[in-house]
Amino acid sequence: MAKRYAAVRQKDCVSCGACQAVCPKSAIAVWKGCFAKVDKELCIGCGLCAKACPANVITLLDREAAQA
Amino acid sequence: MKKQKHWYDYLWIWSILYFSLGFFNILFAWLGMLDFMLPLLIAVFGGNKWFCNHLCGRGQLFALLGGKLKLSHGRPTPHILTTKAFRYGFLIFFMAMFGNMLFQTYLVAAGANGLREAIQLLWTIRVPWDWAYSAGTVPDWVAQFSFGFYSLMLTSALIGLVMMLLYKPRSWCAFCPMGTMTQCVCKIKQKDHLLQEQEEASL
Ligand code: SF4
Ligand code: SF4
Ligand code: SF4
Repeated sequence: MAKRYAAVRQKDCVSCGACQAVCPKSAIAVWKGCFAKVDKELCIGCGLCAKACPANVITLLDREAAQA
Repeated sequence: MKKQKHWYDYLWIWSILYFSLGFFNILFAWLGMLDFMLPLLIAVFGGNKWFCNHLCGRGQLFALLGGKLKLSHGRPTPHILTTKAFRYGFLIFFMAMFGNMLFQTYLVAAGANGLREAIQLLWTIRVPWDWAYSAGTVPDWVAQFSFGFYSLMLTSALIGLVMMLLYKPRSWCAFCPMGTMTQCVCKIKQKDHLLQEQEEASL
């Protein structure tokens, strides 16, 4: 499994969907128009969504660090 | 892995077509009401942002110009523009300008003002646009609305284009009034669920 995964700061997400438009794995999608949710299992941590996000609310987290 | 293309992935063409049509005949500006009503109807009845997420030609066009064609500088959108205060403030400003445009239309309909065949950019710069309309084709107010609405659409597109060049391709989406409004509707519809999640998170 990839080392990193994308995490959305949902409070400030504008639910534009720019992230889901660029995600190669369909691992991120806007939930009912409110904010984007990431499927951690599918995410490969490529960071394309973070690069596209106009609200700067996506960060890439380390899986191991998150588990520890 | 290549993503499967859908018919609606080509709606960026609509965005270009809209402005081209309005350049030759301003009455086509009325078609822009689709971009106004559809997102709202989808949010109110569907409870989602399917418009922003799949149908919006403008978002697609910015992504194409800034992403594929690499015209975007790609810097992060300035933080202030992504705050709730700015986003809602901009929405209110935009709606006020929309209201003003409707009022101008009313004044023409009521005969208080004459038709002005011009486009107003950024709410201040008046650009003559008289070639796109021959007087008397439709009632004056119908034409006045066209000029007013086209002005709003062009102004917001220009702001979006500049944002695309300077920042991320879709930086405009961070504070697009339609995006803010539809998200607001969706959040109200999911109010109970969101409150519940918040409670669970704070436990
Ligand atoms: S691109 Fe950013 S702001 Fe837009 S839906 Fe995705 S996470 Fe939210
Ligand atoms: S990091 Fe890559 S795989 Fe993960 S959600 Fe973002 S775009 Fe998709
Ligand atoms: S936020 Fe505005 S420009 Fe962006 S996809 Fe939604 S309606 Fe289109």
